[in-house]
Amino acid sequence: MKKYVLLSIVLALSFVVAQPVSAAGQPKPGEKLFDFTLPVPAERADRNYLGLSGWGKTFKVADIKANLVLIEILSMYCPFCQKEAPIVNQLYEAIEKDPAAKGKIKIIGIGAGNSVYEVDVFRKRYNVPFPVFPDPDYEIHKKCGEVRTPFFIAVKLNANGTQDVTYARLGGFGEIPAFLEALKKSAGL
Amino acid sequence: MRKSVALIIVVLIAALSVPAWAQTHSEAYKDNIYSTGELKPVDSVLKVKVGQQAPDFLLPSIAGQKVTLSQYRGKKNVVLSFVPAAWTPVCSDQWPGYNIVKDLFDKSDAVLLGITVDNIPTLYAWTNQMGKLWFPVLSDFYPHGKVAETYGVLRSDGTSERALFVIDKKGVIRYIDVHDINKRPSLEVLVRELEKLK
Repeated sequence: MKKYVLLSIVLALSFVVAQPVSAAGQPKPGEKLFDFTLPVPAERADRNYLGLSGWGKTFKVADIKANLVLIEILSMYCPFCQKEAPIVNQLYEAIEKDPAAKGKIKIIGIGAGNSVYEVDVFRKRYNVPFPVFPDPDYEIHKKCGEVRTPFFIAVKLNANGTQDVTYARLGGFGEIPAFLEALKKSAGL
Repeated sequence: MRKSVALIIVVLIAALSVPAWAQTHSEAYKDNIYSTGELKPVDSVLKVKVGQQAPDFLLPSIAGQKVTLSQYRGKKNVVLSFVPAAWTPVCSDQWPGYNIVKDLFDKSDAVLLGITVDNIPTLYAWTNQMGKLWFPVLSDFYPHGKVAETYGVLRSDGTSERALFVIDKKGVIRYIDVHDINKRPSLEVLVRELEKLK
């Protein structure tokens, strides 16, 4: 009898312990960014864009040389992300043409459930100029509350190494000039 | 006592090693995706094999015309993509990926035929959310799942497996992937199989 009680307790405990893997909440403005690492891009142009130095194989958002990083959680298989891709490219161009924002605001994409091959297909198909990283096992996707795609997260990088989420929203970000101004304001530019 | 401790460890390891069911879906579908939960990975027995002549079929498409497999004989390689059901999580994010790689199918002189056991109106409404698809979408609704049944990919609940069949211009099956229904097949693997057809 004692054995069964013990077994029941262990089983219940196991499920409680196992749950948080997929129970992370979605990012919200005002919160700190969830912790994750990304592989250092193979392409020199991508490494230069992100301002990554050193010889490590992985990096964190805090290592990106920028005041603010806009993260797009996307998928090669997501029709909304496909439709939105040219608009995100236009935002990238607008940032690069804005002397105050260039070099201070950077964009990265994370392909939820996508392999290296799949994110490369997406980049080539839509001529995506910023780095897009694979998340084949949904590890990062789970950490950000299994959001639908596309989901945009703007993160202000603080001098003390922490990052504050300043924008977190599902779907398109609307008019580019207004959105860029909001990003610049959040970045302190 | 030692036995109990061992049992506790085994149970804990088993609970923690259960792979968390992971998926994402596009905001294009809003709140209209029905969550199926994790399903039995495969629930049917294949009735065809690689090297065998693919059974012919005639199915209605959402574009209005009827499509047969044999109409591609001698002209095109064919990929059959069975997906379990419209408006479900993984299926909704599978064909939109194929939709942006028409060039990869063209390179191997292949066409894609998407098949589900749903009826035409349901398929029409669902695939409209994916943008304009370049490939025919076929309904294996009536007699229910007859083609899926012929290939051995009809599940016991009346949906089909998530299965890919690569068929060459001679109508011979060259590759079969009856995939874990809960996961999306790798695009890279399919493209590699298509490249072998050259």
